Parts: sequence; structure tokens; C-alpha cells
Amino acid sequence: MTTNGYDKDAAGNIIDEFGARPEMLVQILQAFVQRFTWIPEDAVRHLAEKLNLSRADVHGVVSYYHDFRTEPPGKHVVRICQAEACQSMGSRKLTEHASDSLGVGMHGTKNDVTLEPVYCLGNCACSPAIMIDNKTYGRVSPERFDQLVGAMRQSD
Amino acid sequence: MAAIRIFVPRETASVSVGADEVAVEIARVAKAQGASIELIRNGSWGATWLEPLVEVVVDGNRIAYGNVAAADVADLFSAGFLEGGKHERRIGPITEIPYLINQDRWTFFRCGLIDPLSIDSFREHKGFDALEKAFEMGAEAVVEAVTESGLRGRGGAGFPTGIKWRTVAGASADQKYIACNADEGDSGTFSDRLLMEGDPCCLIEGMLIAGFAVAASKGYIYLRSEYPLTRSILLRALDNARESGWLGENIQGSGFDFDIELHIGAGSYVCGEETAMLESLEGKAGIVRYKPPLPALEGLFGKPTVVNNVVSLASVPNIVDLGAGRYASLGVNRSKGTLAFQLAGNIKRGGLVEKAFGITLRELIDDWGGGTASGRPVKAVQVGGPLGAYLPAEQLDTPLDYEAFADIGAMIGHGGIVVFDDSANMAQLARFAMEFCAIESCGKCTPCRIGSVRGVEVIDRIIEGVDRDGNYDLLVELCDTMEDASLCAMGGLTPFPVRSALKYFAEDFAPSQGAAT
Repeated sequence: MTTNGYDKDAAGNIIDEFGARPEMLVQILQAFVQRFTWIPEDAVRHLAEKLNLSRADVHGVVSYYHDFRTEPPGKHVVRICQAEACQSMGSRKLTEHASDSLGVGMHGTKNDVTLEPVYCLGNCACSPAIMIDNKTYGRVSPERFDQLVGAMRQSD
Repeated sequence: MAAIRIFVPRETASVSVGADEVAVEIARVAKAQGASIELIRNGSWGATWLEPLVEVVVDGNRIAYGNVAAADVADLFSAGFLEGGKHERRIGPITEIPYLINQDRWTFFRCGLIDPLSIDSFREHKGFDALEKAFEMGAEAVVEAVTESGLRGRGGAGFPTGIKWRTVAGASADQKYIACNADEGDSGTFSDRLLMEGDPCCLIEGMLIAGFAVAASKGYIYLRSEYPLTRSILLRALDNARESGWLGENIQGSGFDFDIELHIGAGSYVCGEETAMLESLEGKAGIVRYKPPLPALEGLFGKPTVVNNVVSLASVPNIVDLGAGRYASLGVNRSKGTLAFQLAGNIKRGGLVEKAFGITLRELIDDWGGGTASGRPVKAVQVGGPLGAYLPAEQLDTPLDYEAFADIGAMIGHGGIVVFDDSANMAQLARFAMEFCAIESCGKCTPCRIGSVRGVEVIDRIIEGVDRDGNYDLLVELCDTMEDASLCAMGGLTPFPVRSALKYFAEDFAPSQGAAT
């Protein structure tokens, strides 16, 4: 059964893989994000029921962590590091460039691309760094950004 | 003829600048030319500025080629790359690169050298020797050695590791845990990642020794989600260790049981704070706990828990193997041993430099780093992550020593060194420190939750020139409150970058300056 892209059977299997242990809630939600890209309300109800937690407990965890989106992202997620090392190499200008070229501000989605901030990718000797769909790129000039985004769109 | 061995790193920074494409192209060209090669995906040596750094083994020597792009590969082959031929990308033998050979590689000695996914490769270079030695020494002697070595927590807090271990060893409980903090969220730091990607079994061995020393049978690694490649390498390394009998029950017939579970974070900076990490490991929101009780007595699931950083744990095998005295002979004063410094940001030769404590920032930034990447003068250096002070160029001769840094209102933290050139606007960076705290605060204590939001507003008013004197005093008072009354380092240390920016770079807070960025 699928509602809002939430496949309850597949989700149930993920929960069972973690032994339906409440202490695995963060790990289960992380697996949900990998599978469904976001956490719909249906998932909160489902998890509360399966893990014997209150919906408020599950909601509290979902709303606490940045990774647990409660809105579906675009097909691609472009994240630009905003932390200090990347700032020292021009990430503020890169962010402006990204925003202009994608036509969307931070946390926004346009043409199936979601733009988000990230605070350190651990690639600080190759600043500025970005991440496109879970892959990190370093030494990203505005020109390289356009090439990477171009390649990302071509892969569709 | 035996296959020619070629090393291409599979490590986040190298891959982020094209190492995967280089590896594919090398395999393709070699095949087209009928050359027999063995391609090994090693970790990085840490000379990140040279990545992708490719090595070819010629007469037993590893010949390095730096900044290799996929587009260079065909040309390299034409220049006799497989025989170590001359080419503008050729650097020479890896054992002759000053950046690497002038380091004190204690914890990172296998990084770059070995195949991280081969237990055999690890074993050939002393892997698990220390664990076997620990079994012979006995648990008490191991705790004693770690204490004598003077090792302090490399995550940032600098608490003596041996004391922590002794507390857990002395606690009686039906279950104890080793929780490895791999939530390396500080900007400018990547040493945990480099170790886990280049020598994951070293961390596994460190955790095994810790487990043996304190009688814990279960370990957790809490890894941040921003490190997906690290995750896949760690998972495979854990599987390898399990399959070869180095994790699980009755390890190598010793009677000691220990296994490790990998947990992934979810993008919360505060989860790098030890009690927030424990909450997250328990499946909850990463909200900081009150201390006491200490995690060493009531930690994960209320049980005695050793919480150590990746580099702390990975430093232990060599302490056990080479002796506590040898480690303690490195360094200065109460800062014993080595720290893996990370040169980051606006620096010409960024990367990892493991050196004994006592070296100065200037030596690291000039001798290793080669100055700024932009070629402009250094304006400020932030040491120890987003909660560390901004130091002006005049303070670069301060020796890297925990206490010497504390004396100038700064901290070494996890050893990240972020360099800024003279185009940096320190008022904007001070504002960012407060903004970051507002975004990442767990919300439990008021000084951090509210103070950070007010901090952004007050700095904005100063920059805009609204009642500057009054708002300046207010900001200082706000910093006092956050520092004195916050529950953890997030709110407690955010004032450090702010105060240092105000103190050393007051001119950047003038209205025309602040508004310019």
C-alpha cells in the first residue's frame, strides 16, 4: 500500500530488520530517509505503533534531526557547506551563485532540485565543498558547480 | 611478469576531486595497452593538497604523482608511468615527500600505506599485535599504560583517557560499553574520517583493547551521516574483522567477547557532545544530559561507558605496542604525545599533519601549509572548530599545548586549523558563530537556546551602528551568561569566537565594514 510515497510493507520490513527495537529509532528513520527520501506523517504513526512509543515520542525525534525531512525533497538534493573553512574559500559567494543559477533559495525546491545548507562535510582541505545526492565534491568554483549540476541533470 | 601495483585513494577528499574517475581511467588504459596492473584503493596519506595522489610501485618503491586528473592518465602512460617515468605530475618516491616524512606519525602511520579493506595488509603492518600484547599484559596493565602515556581525549575536551578507563574498569555492572564518538562535526577537522577511511581496523583494534581493559563486551561507533563513504568502508572493515575472528565471541581463542555496532547520526552537531551522543545512540533526540552522573558510571542505557573519540582510541594500539613511556616522551608539559593537526580553509597545502605537541601554529601554517591559498596575508586562524577562538597573525607563535592555548583564551580542540586571508570579515564570522549555535542548539538550556538568537540580533545592531556602545556592552554580558550558565560546550564556548573577533578585529564591526560582505 502506498500513500504519499510511503510503502508500509517496505517500511515494516525495515523496522523488522532493526528488530523493532525502540532504541533503533534514529537508525530506522535514517533507513527510511534512504528509502523514501523523507518522513511522512504515516511513518510516524506506523513507527509509534510498531515500536510501542507514543506519536509524540516519534515526532520529537523526527523534528529534532535535520536529516529527517517532513516534506518530500526534489529528485536531486544539492547541499552547500556553510561552515567556516568553506567560508574562508568563498562558500558565501558560491551559495549566491548556486541560488541564482538554480533559481531557488536555501531549503527551497525548483525544477526537482532542492538546495540545502550543510555544516561541514569533512572536506575542509578542499574547500569549498558541496554534496550532490550523497556524493561529496571539493574545490568547487562557480564554474565547476555549473559543470557538476549539468552532469547531474544529464544523468536523469 | 607480476602485475604492477598502483595505488589510488578511495577517501572522501580524493574522491571529491576525481580519484574514482582516475582509477577507472587507469584500469581502462592499462587494459587497452595490455599492461598487467593491480589497482589498490588505499586511504589518503593526508597530503590532501596533492590529491588525487596516485602511486605506482617500481622496484619496491612507491612513486607518487600528484593532482592527477582522469584526463592526464593517457598522457601519463605515454610518459612511462608504469616505470615511474618523468611527467609534470611526478613528485617522486612517497618516502621523500617532506610534508609527510617530517611528521611524527604515531596514530596515522598506516594511513595511505595499506589497503584498508584487507586484514592481511593490516596484519603485515603490525595490525592486532597490540591487542595480542594486551591479552598477555592483562586488563589492569593496559589501563595503567594508557594512564602513564598521558593520552588525553582528542575529541576536543582533552580529558585524560586513562582516568576515564580506570573509572569504567572499577565500576561493577552486568554490562559495560565502549562508545566511539565519530561525530566529527567541527569545521576544519577531518582526522577521524581520514583514519576511519584509511585504517579502519586501527580503530577496531583500539576499541577491542578498550573493551578488554574495562571488561566491556559491546562497542558502538556513532558516525555522522555527512560521511557516506566512511560508512561503507567501516561496514566492510567490521565485516572483515568479524569474518576473520577479530570481532565476535572468543576472539582468537582468548576467551574475550566483543562486537561493534555502527550507528549513523542524523545531522545534529550537538550529538558530538558525549551525553547527546548517548541519547542519540538510545534512539532519542540528541538532547544533552546533566552531569553527574558521569557517563563512565551511568552512560549508555544507564551502564558504565567509555566515551572516546576516534583518534584517542586509535592512538592506543601503538601505546600498548611501543610503550607508554615512548608516547609520553613526545610533546610538552601536560600535552603528551602527538596530535593530528588538520590544515584547512584558505591554505595552500591543506591536509593532515601529525606532530608532537609544542609545534607552533606558524610552523604548521608556513612550513607545512605554505601560507594562504589565495597568496594574501593571513588575517585570522580559527583553531579547534566553530567554538574555537579566532587568533590574529600576531599570536601564531603560540605553541600548540592545551594549557598554553587556554592561557590565551583559545583551545586546541580536535586540532582543526582554519586559515582566513585578509578578505575575511570577522564581524560576519562572529555573527555566524551565534547563528550556528541558534541552528544547532539542542534547546535544553536557556542561555544557549535564547542567547544565541539574541546574539545574532545584537551583533546585527552593532554592525548597523545602532547604539553601538550599549549593544557592545550587552553582547559582552550575553557572552558572560552563555559561558557561565550553559549546560554544555555548545552554548558555553560559542562566546569564544565572538569575543576573540571583538577583541582582535574590532575594526570589522564598524558599520561600513560589517555591512560590506
